[in-house]
Amino acid sequence: MTTKYSEDHEYIRLEGTDGTVGISNFAQGQLGDIVFVELPAVGTTFKKGDEAAVVESVKAASEIYTPVSGTITAVNDALDGEPALVNADAEGAGWLFKLSVSDPSELDGLMDEKTYASHNE
Amino acid sequence: MRYLPHSEAERAEMLHVAGANSIDDLFAVVPQKARLDGPLDLPDHQPEYQVENHLRTLGGKNLAAGDGPFFVGAGAYRHHVPASVDHLIQRSEWLTAYTPYQPEISQGTLQMLFEFQTQVANLTGMDVANASMYDGSTATAEAVLMARRLTRRNKIFLSGGLHPQYRDVVRTYVDEDDDLVCLDASPEGQGDIIDHIDETTAAVVVQTPDFYGHLRDIKSLAEAAHEKGALVIIVVTEIISLGLLEAPAALGADIVVAEGQSIGNALNFGGPYVGLMATRQKFIRQMPGRLCGETVDAEGKRGFVLTLSTREQHIRREKATSNICTNSGLCALAFSIHMSLLGEAGLTRLARLNHSRACALADALAAVPGVELLNKTFFNEMTVRLSKPAVEVVEVLAGQNILAGVPVSRLEPGKPELANLLVIAATELTSDDDIAALVSALREALS
Repeated sequence: MTTKYSEDHEYIRLEGTDGTVGISNFAQGQLGDIVFVELPAVGTTFKKGDEAAVVESVKAASEIYTPVSGTITAVNDALDGEPALVNADAEGAGWLFKLSVSDPSELDGLMDEKTYASHNE
Repeated sequence: MRYLPHSEAERAEMLHVAGANSIDDLFAVVPQKARLDGPLDLPDHQPEYQVENHLRTLGGKNLAAGDGPFFVGAGAYRHHVPASVDHLIQRSEWLTAYTPYQPEISQGTLQMLFEFQTQVANLTGMDVANASMYDGSTATAEAVLMARRLTRRNKIFLSGGLHPQYRDVVRTYVDEDDDLVCLDASPEGQGDIIDHIDETTAAVVVQTPDFYGHLRDIKSLAEAAHEKGALVIIVVTEIISLGLLEAPAALGADIVVAEGQSIGNALNFGGPYVGLMATRQKFIRQMPGRLCGETVDAEGKRGFVLTLSTREQHIRREKATSNICTNSGLCALAFSIHMSLLGEAGLTRLARLNHSRACALADALAAVPGVELLNKTFFNEMTVRLSKPAVEVVEVLAGQNILAGVPVSRLEPGKPELANLLVIAATELTSDDDIAALVSALREALS
């Protein structure tokens, strides 16, 4: 299982071609208290960089882009009643959606954990 | 002479950044026929007193709503506005009823908007209402866009009973293509949408009482729509009707939009008016417009805020729910004050009075040869088919200082089957003498 990060602070955790997408712990800290998450419909297909979700905090509403192309297989319904899960556990229980990756070669353009950490410094 | 501060070089630079070759390019989206291709055809300047005289002469040709028997409705209604409303909206506390940009220091304005929203929510039976829109027609167009966002579908059906100008405003707001279906005019109140709904339908838009005055059977329509996952947008152009009729929420509305002019606001030559919009709690984040909320401050005292602003243009930019970033503050204030003065019982009495005047009008019209009443149901407005074109009849009666109503052909030109139809409204201001004058003039004009 590997985790990759995009320049826009989304992460994708991979098990084979199944990816779990959310915003990084760094991103949730920058956004502040998250009050609402708008999630995509299961079955929707997105291209890399498409807007797939919206995370709204007390400060701003931010579009979430898919780090790689794929089709949505699940969304985190728990966020509907408890959007603060993203703050509490951004890279765990606060995941946003799962997608089946259609072009694994796109993953090469993303950062690993160490590169992402230095990217944020 | 106009003073334009930009140099040619600066203009060229700005055009370059905008990706345009000329200033005319920037107006390319405006249809050619709507553009001016020369100076306006106006006379040379005249001394001020001559202009005043000229305008006074022109104004003298007007036949104002209060100058004689008046039966014009069709989305704008002449009701009594108590003098106290005009007095109260002019108090200095309200002179800046405009939506505040530093909202929290304007607690009075916010409290007023909160009360307004509460009244609209109670009237419509819905969970939440916003702080108002421009008017009923633009609110309808916003509701259509909102339904598309909520359902992620595009197909919209507009009922043939929807006010034709509301339909036209929706057409202006959304791309006119196969996904916007405007059903044929249904002056006899015939059911029109229910058979069209399928799994691609985002919303059905239906007005009740409709443009022709009929009360529409919404409940079965709403059931059919909800079964297919489509939303129901109910439009109300005569808000006083809700003093008697079942609340739109109980009929199955997902979004309610309305014109609020009838309460607290005069005819005002057609505007400014106040659009009402209410919806279900779960749809609140896709609702456009200002929203005022009640909260407590650091000391636990009650206070008001503008809330969920992240939906709005000044924060969300091009991703906002709408480019509306204001509301009809003063008209909403007048609405709110008049509604407070009426109270629930007063509104019901006012609605009853409107309906009883309309019943008197309908009874009187039924006895006139050449007049056929099309309505089995109505609130305070109805449609009649005359034995002559309605425009001609209305012109004849206007010559006798009687404003008999709105010929349907004025809003639906080029449809011969509608040419003899006249939409006639009564309100609490319609007297027996007014009705007698109309009936006698119609007898003569149609004989």
